[in-house]
Amino acid sequence: MANIRTMTFDAVIVGGGGSGMRAALQLAQSGYKTAVITKVFPTRSHTVSAQGGITCAIASDDPNDQWQWHMYDTVKGADFIGDQEAIEYMCQTGPEAIFELEHMGLPFSRTEEGRIYQRPFGGQSKDFGKGGQAARTCAAADRTGHALLHTLYQGNLKNETTFLNEWFAVDIVKNSDNAVVGVVALNIETGETVYVKSKATVFATGGAGRIYASTTNAHICTGDGIGMALRAGFPVQDIEMWQFHPTGIHGAGTLVTEGCRGEGGYLVNKDGERFMERYAPNAKDLAGRDVVARSMVLEILEGRGCGPDGDHVYLKLDHLGEETLNAKLPGILELSRTFAHADPVKEPIPVVPTCHYMMGGIPTNVNGQALTVDGEGNDQVIEGFYACGEAACVSVHGANRLGGNSLLDLVVFGRASGMFIEQQLREGVELKDASEADIEAAMAGLNELNDSTGGENASVLRAELQTIMQNYFGVFRRGDFMQEGIAKLAALRPRIKNVALSDKSNAFNTSRIEALELQNLFEVAEATAITAEARTESRGAHAREDFQERDDVNWLCHSLFFPADKRVGKRDVNFTLKTREAFEPQIRTY
Amino acid sequence: MLNVSIYRYNPEVDSEPYMQDFEFDTQGKDIMVLDVLEKLKIEDPTLVFRRSCREGVCGSDGMNISGKNGLACVTPLSSVVKKNKLVIRPLPGLPVIRDLVIDMSQFYAQYEKIQPYMINDTPAPAIERLQSQEERAKLDGLYECILCACCSTACPSFWWNPDKFIGPSGLLQAYRFLADSRDTATEARLSNLDDPFSVFRCHGIMNCVQVCPKGLNPTKAIGHIRDMLMRTAT
Amino acid sequence: MVTNVTSLGRSGLSDWLIARVSAYVMTAYLIFIVGYLMLTPELSYTQWAALNSSLPMRMFSLLTILSIAAHAWIGMWCVLTDYITVRLIGPKATALRIIFQLGMIAITLLYVIWAIDILWGI
Repeated sequence: MANIRTMTFDAVIVGGGGSGMRAALQLAQSGYKTAVITKVFPTRSHTVSAQGGITCAIASDDPNDQWQWHMYDTVKGADFIGDQEAIEYMCQTGPEAIFELEHMGLPFSRTEEGRIYQRPFGGQSKDFGKGGQAARTCAAADRTGHALLHTLYQGNLKNETTFLNEWFAVDIVKNSDNAVVGVVALNIETGETVYVKSKATVFATGGAGRIYASTTNAHICTGDGIGMALRAGFPVQDIEMWQFHPTGIHGAGTLVTEGCRGEGGYLVNKDGERFMERYAPNAKDLAGRDVVARSMVLEILEGRGCGPDGDHVYLKLDHLGEETLNAKLPGILELSRTFAHADPVKEPIPVVPTCHYMMGGIPTNVNGQALTVDGEGNDQVIEGFYACGEAACVSVHGANRLGGNSLLDLVVFGRASGMFIEQQLREGVELKDASEADIEAAMAGLNELNDSTGGENASVLRAELQTIMQNYFGVFRRGDFMQEGIAKLAALRPRIKNVALSDKSNAFNTSRIEALELQNLFEVAEATAITAEARTESRGAHAREDFQERDDVNWLCHSLFFPADKRVGKRDVNFTLKTREAFEPQIRTY
Repeated sequence: MLNVSIYRYNPEVDSEPYMQDFEFDTQGKDIMVLDVLEKLKIEDPTLVFRRSCREGVCGSDGMNISGKNGLACVTPLSSVVKKNKLVIRPLPGLPVIRDLVIDMSQFYAQYEKIQPYMINDTPAPAIERLQSQEERAKLDGLYECILCACCSTACPSFWWNPDKFIGPSGLLQAYRFLADSRDTATEARLSNLDDPFSVFRCHGIMNCVQVCPKGLNPTKAIGHIRDMLMRTAT
Repeated sequence: MVTNVTSLGRSGLSDWLIARVSAYVMTAYLIFIVGYLMLTPELSYTQWAALNSSLPMRMFSLLTILSIAAHAWIGMWCVLTDYITVRLIGPKATALRIIFQLGMIAITLLYVIWAIDILWGI
C-alpha cells in the first residue's frame, strides 16, 4: 500500500492562506523548489474574510507613533503570556513587511497625504497606555484580508510558485529521528495519494474555529495542521485560549469588524444603554476583545439582551452617516443586509460574541521552527518542521489577541519562516529518508477511513462535537462543567474514529475530506478541553467562574498539551527583549 | 416541501449527467441556497459542491441557480425559488469534474495571462508609495473581485472562446492594474491586449454585470480598456 | 496576446474601429437614400440616374459598399471564430473555418468588384 508516488521539494508549505503564501513567496524568490499544498484554491482561504485591517506602527495617522507602543499594547492584550521576544520581533519588523505588501500592490485606503490609512482598533494606545487611543490599523476599506490574500497570491504568480491546489494534507511523515520529512497528501480532484517529500515542512494550516457551533470561521477552518501535529505526537501550546469576537452577526455567525467600533460605532443593550462605559470607562467599546465579549455575555445573562429571546445586543452605526459607512465599511453594509436583514444606515446590527480565533497552536520560535520540550523542560527544535500564522503559537497573542494583529502575525512570521528556511537550505539540510514503514504510518488513518464499513454520518458527529464545545467551553468556563464536557468528548472519540464513509469514489470526494477534517477537529477540541480544565485561573480569553482571578504565581506560563498521554505541562514565557527591559505583568484594565 | 432539482454527475459511476430531484423542508425559513445543499449532503453524502467562507467573500460556491449564476451562500431562497422549485446546476461553459464542481483551469489561465500583479520598475521607497485618495478611488469596483467565475461563465463570448477571450473577470483585473497609479507597465499591458480576441470579443452583452455577486461592472472596465487602447493607438 | 491572420485589421482595436466607422457610413447612406426618396415623391429614371452618376454620389456609394464589405468581413469572421472551432466541433474545425473564411472573403471581394462595375457603368 505504501507504493505511492513521491514528489520531492526543497520546501513544502501546507496551507495557502496569508502566512503560507507569504512564506512561499519568500522561498519562491530564493529559487528553491517550493510547493504549496492547499485544500482550496488559495484565494478561498480564510484570510480573505479578515476585514478591519493589519495593525502596525507605520506612523501614518500619527507621525510620532512608535512600534514600542504597539508592543506594549500587544503584551498587555495578551495578558502577559505572549512571548515578548516574538512580540518585539513582530512589532519592530512589521512596518517593513507592510511596506513590502504595499509595493506588491496591496490597495490600501489612503490618507489625504497619500499614505496608508490607519483606523483605531481595540486595545490600542499611545505612549505605553498613557497617551490615549491610537489609530494603528492599516486598512483597505473593510476588505483588508481580501486585498492582502489576493496580493500575496498575485506575488506568488509573479514568482512562479508551484501550487498543489485542492490537495489535502492527510498526515505528517516522520523519519527514524522523529524529524518531519514531508506529508502524505491527497489530490482531491483525482483521489490520488502522494508522499510529498521535503527538507522543510511548513504548517500554515490556519485555525479551527469550526470546533464551536457558532463561529465566524469558514467551513474550512478545521485545524488540520493541529490535528496532524497531535497525531504525530507533537505538543500544542495555549490551545485553551480561544478568542470570541464580540461582534458576530446573531444567528449567522458572520463577522462584523472591530473597525465598526474603531470608526465610532458602539454597542447598546435593550435599554439603549452604551453599556461598555460601565465595564471599560476609558477604552469603552475599544477595550480588549475578551473584555468586550464578556461584558456582552454578562448583559445578556443579566436580562438586558435584545430581541425576543434577549440573546444578543445591538451594534449601532447609523449615527456615522451613510457617506462614512459607504466609504469606510461597505462590506459590512453588504453582510448585514444579507445576513442580519438589517440596514446599518438605518438600524443597529444584532450581534453576539462568536468564536473567532485560536491563540494557541504549534509552539514555534521566531524563525517558525516547531518546538517541543525535553524531560528537563528545555525547548527542543523538531527538525524539518515549521509553523506560522494561526496554526502556530509563536506566541504573540498569548491569552488574547488584539484586533489587527493576526494579519501582521501572518505576514511577519510567514516571511520570517521563509527567510530562515532559505538560510537553512543554503547551509545544507540533511534529513534521513523516510522508510517504507514511516510512510505507511502516515497512511494508517486514511487507510482505516477508506476501509470503514458502517459508522455514523460525519455531519451529525460534527454537530455533536460543536455543541459540546459551545456548551462547556464557551466564553465563561467552570471546572465541573468542563469535566462533564471532557467525559462527553471521550465518549465521542471512538464514534468519530469510526466515522462513516459510504462514498468511496475518488473523484472530488468531499465526504472523505470532511471525515478527515472531522478527525482533526476532534483532536483540537479534546486538547482545548483538557487544557482549559487544567488552567485553574482566569486570563485573557480563558475566563473561569470558579477561578476568577489571574494567578501569576502558578500560571504566568504557557500550557503545553502532550497528546501521547493527554498530559498538560507548562512552558516558560519569554521575557527577554533585545531592545529594552521586559514589560512586567500588571493589572489589566481598559 | 420545496422541490430541489440538482445536476448530478460522478465520472466514476455515471455515463452521463442527469438531474436529481430532492424534497426539502425549509420550515418556512428564507435560508440560503448553500444551507439547502449542506442539509441535503447529510442525506446524500455523495452530493459534491465547493464551499468555504459561507459569507460571499471567498468565491468558492459559484453555481447556476434557477438559471442565473450566483454564490449559493448569499442567495436566499426567496430570490430564486419559482413555483416551489429550485434548480441548481454547475456554472456553465467549463468542464464539470463532478456534480456542481467545475474545472476552472481555463478561467484561472486567463487571469494569469493579464499579469495580475503590480509591475513597477522604479526603486521602491523606504516607506509606502504614495497614492492620492482620488487615485486610490479608481481601484474601487475593481479590486473587490473574488474570482468566483460567475461573470465569465455567464458570458457567451467566453463560452465560445475561453482559451482566447480573457473574459469579464480577467479584464476587470487587467483594468485594476491599468488603473493603478503605482503600476508602470501600462504600455506593455495594453499591447498584450490589442488583438481581436482578448478584449474585443466583448460584445457588450452585459451578462457579467447582471450576475456579479459583488455588484461589480466588468463591461465598464472593458470600455475603459478600449478607451486606453484608442488613446495610445491613435 | 492572441495572434490571428484572417481578421481584417489584424488588431482588435482596428477591427473594432472599422466596424464602428463602417456602421456610421452605412447609417448615413441609409438616411440619405431614404430621405432623398421621401423628399422626391415622383422620382423619374432620369433623376435617379443623374444622382447616381454624379461623382460625389458615386464616391458615397463606393464608400458604403466598402463599408458593407468590411463590416461583413469582421462580423462573419467573428461568427466563424465563435462557432466553427476545435472546441465546439472537433479537429476538422480548422480546415472548415479556413474554407469558410476564404469563401467569405472571396464572395465579399466579388461583390465589391461587381458593385464598382455597376456604379461606373451607369
